Amino acid sequence: MEQNAGPSSDIDSQSNLRRIAIDPISRVEGHGKITLLLDADNHIHEARFHIVEFRGFEKFIQGRPYWEVPFIVQRLCGICPVSHQLAAAKAVDQLVGVERLTPTAEKLRRLLHFGQTLQSHALHFFHLSSPDLLFGFGSEPAQRNIVGVLEKYPDLALKGVKLRKYGQQIIAAISGKRIHGTATVPGGMNKPLAVAERDALLADIKNILAWSQDAVALNEQIHTSHPEHYRFATIRSNFLSVVGSGGELELYHGGLRARSATGAMIFDQFDYRGFQDILREEVRPWSYMKFPYLVELGKERGWYRVGPLARVNNCDFISTPLAEAARKHFREFGRGGFVQDTLAYHWARMIEALHCAESIQALLHDPDITGTDLAADLGEKRSAGIGVIEAPRGTLFHHYQIDEQGLIVKANLIVSTTSNNQAMNESVRSVANEYLEGHEITEGLLNHLEVAVRAYDPCLSCATHALGKMPLQVELLDADGKLLDRLAKGSNGVIERTV
Amino acid sequence: MSADTKQNLITQNTITIDGQEIPFQAGQTIMDAALAAGVYIPHLCHRQGLTPHGSCKLCVVDIASRSASSHNSNRRLQAKFAVDADSRSASACTMPAVAGQQISNNTPALNEVRKTITQMLFIEGNHICPSCEKCGDCTLQAMAYHLGMLDGHFPQFFQHREVDASHPTIMLDRDRCILCELCVRASREVDGKNVFAIAGRGINAHLVVNSASGKLVDSDLETSDMAAHICPVGAILIKEHGYEVPIGQRTFDLHQVSEIGLEKIILTKARQPDE
Repeated sequence: MEQNAGPSSDIDSQSNLRRIAIDPISRVEGHGKITLLLDADNHIHEARFHIVEFRGFEKFIQGRPYWEVPFIVQRLCGICPVSHQLAAAKAVDQLVGVERLTPTAEKLRRLLHFGQTLQSHALHFFHLSSPDLLFGFGSEPAQRNIVGVLEKYPDLALKGVKLRKYGQQIIAAISGKRIHGTATVPGGMNKPLAVAERDALLADIKNILAWSQDAVALNEQIHTSHPEHYRFATIRSNFLSVVGSGGELELYHGGLRARSATGAMIFDQFDYRGFQDILREEVRPWSYMKFPYLVELGKERGWYRVGPLARVNNCDFISTPLAEAARKHFREFGRGGFVQDTLAYHWARMIEALHCAESIQALLHDPDITGTDLAADLGEKRSAGIGVIEAPRGTLFHHYQIDEQGLIVKANLIVSTTSNNQAMNESVRSVANEYLEGHEITEGLLNHLEVAVRAYDPCLSCATHALGKMPLQVELLDADGKLLDRLAKGSNGVIERTV
Repeated sequence: MSADTKQNLITQNTITIDGQEIPFQAGQTIMDAALAAGVYIPHLCHRQGLTPHGSCKLCVVDIASRSASSHNSNRRLQAKFAVDADSRSASACTMPAVAGQQISNNTPALNEVRKTITQMLFIEGNHICPSCEKCGDCTLQAMAYHLGMLDGHFPQFFQHREVDASHPTIMLDRDRCILCELCVRASREVDGKNVFAIAGRGINAHLVVNSASGKLVDSDLETSDMAAHICPVGAILIKEHGYEVPIGQRTFDLHQVSEIGLEKIILTKARQPDE
């Protein structure tokens, strides 16, 4: 039995609780692990969504020079490396005393990030989540993947693939590679966008806009026509996001805004360089992932959600017309309040993808985008830098301290998944409460837990593994640790009962 | 002069590499003669104008022996890599060219040995190409591509040697050092200083700085020195620079490591920001 801690640290001492552990078959391949703690009435007392992989980036960048950091930390992820590179680059700008980039450099970084968000959102919805939503959560696993979507809905799937490809083309044009390129330097960018590159991107933008609009319409239709989606994994939470100075949706740079589930403002336009005053992280011994919370609300009530659902709820408006119209529709669905439906993450995600497409079009028409003034004058060195950006999955914090030789002495990264940690636990608990029947672990429960996690994040290896063939082992144990049932799902998608 | 005598003179001043007859001048090594004739022999520690060092062993070639029984010391290696048993192996950068030498260079067996040596260089240090500022400009990385190296093959050593960032403008990352001694020789022979040396033996060999504290800051190394720019890997770096050359325009995006004279281009590019 595992040790327990955190707010529910007395659970193991309560003899009338049983534990259901959904264990990974192997840590090496990297899977999520879910433990469900039952009370005597077979209700889920607590859900623990464990991250069993230890990454250690904060530790092993210690002693490395600060100018290397954006290119080390971008390796955290293969889906959103640009967000990590840009968050670190913003922190590095502070380290070298740069307050403001040249207009071209800032616009190139924004274009890069819009390309990143577009391709990531397209991957998240079309490649990873649309199979669940189009075929049903409990449908045949052999079909429930992007290949299945390509066979049954070829037009839709191809649009998704091309949307992602377009975002990656933007990334490649600016950073040299579709994944893990190099674009930023302290206080600027390393390469202008050539006119030919700009023109090549402009040639496709109308299709991209049209397909993004289709994606919004599809998601609106899927969500609003499935009442069972409204409450699936749904929880009421606070929301945290960056907003622009006018309260608009902002993905690259702005102030922090947090609002409660009722919409009450907790703070607004907060300078993210002081984020440590408003955010704390709690460590619980059963997970490598920390639990951030808003200081003002405390550990119990201060957890929050980030990402598309938070951003689209939290902002006052979107600066581009098509996405703004879509946002209004979205908020109308919430009938004056926030849309708290967890599966509405996908709908909000596609509204943001549309905003990205519109913003990319505007930036490509901006004469500054092909400028060549890329480097700001460096200022006085500082010993600490904090970069915050809205990554596809949510607000991303990078905080670095350096010594007088320029080597990193301390680093703290709060990634979007970490911010959503408690929320994912709560959603998993909600799903388990609804779909756990008696003492038997069912395939349906496994499938539904996957869908809940994927609404937040496709980045977990468990959520991306072999396109929906997430290896899981589910165990049902009584209070004495006796195994009652075990269901194992291998990476080949085959499910076996091994008791 | 008779035709026979003429023919003898030509033979006396040529060597043959992979069947190609190559002229040489007295005092030249096999490497010198090969490079002068536009024939590439893989190398990491050789640099024209610096005293040959013979440490990286990538330039090992097979020289046909007059006696099949003249050497037996490398039997195991020969068995593994199918090297011609009737030849002797030697570093081309230190072996003088001798008239009539029949040399094998670009052969699958030798390139396999070179690949193995390159793999050993990788696993002995911490060569994390994806985040290294030398990526795309690194001769070791380019050599790995040239030789078709796909992995490290051997278990990684995970060395942890000291990073010296004490100098205001130059940084030393010993985990990336391949002990080629190019910096040692450049400092001594070109810069007229004696900043670097290799200390320790075998697996404990490491780059040291000749200063009272052992730190770069207390040495007389300057950014205008050749020693500050000659490193073929990312061990000696100009601080606060990196990733400035976009992907697609880095040295080995544009050139093959086998291009003759490439070292001069690399050195000129490296020194440009400071000159």
